[in-house]
Amino acid sequence: MNRKLLAFPYIVWAAVFILIPLFMVGYYGLTDKNGNFTMANLASIMTKEHIKALWLSVLLSLISTLICLLLAYPLSMILAQMNVTKTSFIVLIFILPMWMNFLLRTLAWQTLLEKTGVLNSILQFFQLPALEIINTPYAIILGMVYNFLPFMVLPIYNSLIKIDQNVIHAARDLGANSIQTFLKITLPLSAPGIISGITMVFVPALTTFVISNLLGGSKILLIGNVIEQEFTQAGNWHLGSGLSLVLMLFIIFNMVITALFDLEGEGNTL
Amino acid sequence: MAHKLIDLVHISKSFGSNLVLDDMNLYIRENEFLTLLGPSGCGKTTTLRIIGGFETPDKGNVIFDKEDITRLSPNKRQVNTVFQKYALFTHMTIEENIAFGLKIKNKSKTYIHDKIKYALKLVNLEGFEKRMPDSLSGGQQQRIAIARAIVNEPKVLLLDEPLGALDLKLRQDMQYELIRLKNELGITFVYVTHDQEEALTMSDTIVVMNQGYIQQIGSPEDIYNEPENAFVADFIGDSNIFPATMVQDKLVKILDTPFPCVDKGFGENKPVDAVIRPEDVELVEPCTGILDGVVTHLIFKGVHYEMEVLANGFEWLVHSTKMYPVGTKVGIFVDPFNIQIMNKPESEDEEAVVIDE
Amino acid sequence: MIKTLKHLYTALIFIFLYAPIATLLVLSFNASKTRAKWGGFTFKWYRELFGNQVILQALYNTLLIAFLSAAIATLMGTVASFSIHSMKRKSRSLLIGITNIPMLNAEIVTGISLMLLFLTLRAKFGFYTVLLSHITFNIPYVILSVMPKLKQLNPHVYQAALDLGASPFYAFYKVILPDILPGVLSGFLMAFTMSLDDFIITHFTKGPGLDTLSTKIYTEVRKGIRPEMYSLSTLIFISVLLLLFLGNKSSYLSKEKFHEK
Repeated sequence: MNRKLLAFPYIVWAAVFILIPLFMVGYYGLTDKNGNFTMANLASIMTKEHIKALWLSVLLSLISTLICLLLAYPLSMILAQMNVTKTSFIVLIFILPMWMNFLLRTLAWQTLLEKTGVLNSILQFFQLPALEIINTPYAIILGMVYNFLPFMVLPIYNSLIKIDQNVIHAARDLGANSIQTFLKITLPLSAPGIISGITMVFVPALTTFVISNLLGGSKILLIGNVIEQEFTQAGNWHLGSGLSLVLMLFIIFNMVITALFDLEGEGNTL
Repeated sequence: MAHKLIDLVHISKSFGSNLVLDDMNLYIRENEFLTLLGPSGCGKTTTLRIIGGFETPDKGNVIFDKEDITRLSPNKRQVNTVFQKYALFTHMTIEENIAFGLKIKNKSKTYIHDKIKYALKLVNLEGFEKRMPDSLSGGQQQRIAIARAIVNEPKVLLLDEPLGALDLKLRQDMQYELIRLKNELGITFVYVTHDQEEALTMSDTIVVMNQGYIQQIGSPEDIYNEPENAFVADFIGDSNIFPATMVQDKLVKILDTPFPCVDKGFGENKPVDAVIRPEDVELVEPCTGILDGVVTHLIFKGVHYEMEVLANGFEWLVHSTKMYPVGTKVGIFVDPFNIQIMNKPESEDEEAVVIDE
Repeated sequence: MIKTLKHLYTALIFIFLYAPIATLLVLSFNASKTRAKWGGFTFKWYRELFGNQVILQALYNTLLIAFLSAAIATLMGTVASFSIHSMKRKSRSLLIGITNIPMLNAEIVTGISLMLLFLTLRAKFGFYTVLLSHITFNIPYVILSVMPKLKQLNPHVYQAALDLGASPFYAFYKVILPDILPGVLSGFLMAFTMSLDDFIITHFTKGPGLDTLSTKIYTEVRKGIRPEMYSLSTLIFISVLLLLFLGNKSSYLSKEKFHEK
């Protein structure tokens, strides 16, 4: 029996459940209700309401990605230096929280953030001004950072522990101080991890409709909310698919960048 | 005689409960090719890392050119290191790798350019400026690692098993390269290896280490011909090591057989260790040597035959250009000059020999 | 000093990640029905949980889908990895690229694309559409954790087994599988966890008749979450924590024994 043929069932599966569905999004997105070709679904992204939602999504997801990066990099460095085993760290930061439902965890932030919530009680105790961020874009950013931070930590941590300690020592040996060593050696060598972390956070943040729904008080519409409503409430699959196609342009752009860096990474290891 | 460039004074270092170096004293002279030789875990790499500044000793001081540098960070030391497995910066070109230290010191562009050219010429890799480290073979990467270190004009070059990852032929070529480099640069080399042949070929001075203690310091000839204890004798080359008794001056009893030798001053009837190198065992006609034996093993090694001869219950290792088939009865003779007598260590700790020349 | 700062920073991030979990834990003992107020300590919600057929049914659906989808994905993903591993570079990259799509793509797009597929096929939305969707997004996680183990394997081991007369299936079962088993198991665990925590893809592929815990919670958001939900989540979380703790302890003990030998 040929070993290569064993992949056949999976190839069929991938074709039916990965590729064909994506073509269907393309088909619906480029046709109207009567099955005629149209660009109207794509063009509707330019309507005031939709472009506003897209712009807000891009803005909030960029801010969240940046915050995740700034929080995750030092944490990854600290964890990479510690003697934690890799699996226990992944379980603690990544797997274990998932066993508490993601919707409930996000909802819990409501309790923490509310006017008379836990966070404000603590602030009050220290005589600090109360935070009123629930149902604002700030709460959505917090929700995004909370949910997607592990996706940033993991790839950066993985790229950091791969760096040979002797390479760091070599830079020091050649006269670089610790800041120069970080900027010229550690940071460039961890770039693949940073890039893949950015993709892993940016895509789900850009396309979420749950976090905005739960923490934005359903007043704030992101592009994900618009698409979700077209499918589940308005029932306009053609318009929803058209908007999804626009969204996928961002995602593909993101994937290409990652792939480019991955290719370079592969070339380096050969 | 050249002055002491590096002086390690009463250095102790442990990792957790594991004592790696115990009260070590060692100095390194200017322009010396000094090799730290020993099995893995003997403390040789730790010694090198203490000189390089990557480890701080628990006790003791590192003196460099009369200055205490024990706690100085590695980037401020006038030494450079060639690391195990090279540790090149894979995200930089060869040129950028070599320029790394010079750019940090804000050298001018032309200076850096000239230095790169000079260094690449020195290691026979001209024209490699724009290549990436990963596109180079192991031997070439090794040369770049050396070039990257020497452009900074260190007073001392530290080499941590630099040839360990190379194959045999390349290793031998690189040994000559390193000697040539050392002579052209006129600087001090401190070399770490577990390969005794490498140490014997290249060094001016060899420091044999075991379990955190210095066992012997000396020239390659001294170390090979006059090992001071059984560990050194066993570690350097093949040896026959016998428990023996020094009957009186110039007479030693090995395997209950008296052998004339040249050593004196050990006292009378004192237990000692005797070392005879396999190439110093001469095989003669039976009954004409000091004792008789039978050849039990025979292997052709190219330059010589390696034989084992059973005599007085001991398997003697013999190297000879003359072949004696298995089963042959032979006589064994040893020139008194070729028997090396060593004091037995009285305890584990005594294995450490503190040397003050 | 720096060390304390590092510990403090790590601690703060972990508090950030675990604060909501602690909140839910506390809420499960809250006698007041609203989240905003502490009404005293009670076990009431734990008692009522076991009488709440709707929640228990959702839990059953969730666990069944997670288990079945993880098991099927593990089987298919492991076999596929074994096969992809032997392919030439080009076809291997192409297949891995396709495999990565559900992971890199937005969940909402994956969700609606599957929804459109099932609509076109006129499939009945319910248990099976959700199961098929979960298998689809679970396979990449299995392949992702099995592939590295295959790469670590000595390529001649399989050939050696064939050379010694083993059939391909026997060789895979006896020689390859034991070595990649850790990867297969962690792939299964990952897939199970992902399926358990999924909301978005289930939301688009479930149809009106079926509810998992996630979709049940989502519909309850407007009218207020029933506190039994908190006690259920707490129970799940605590049991996983205990399992992990026991698992760590037993693997630690077996390692000790190994060293004694």
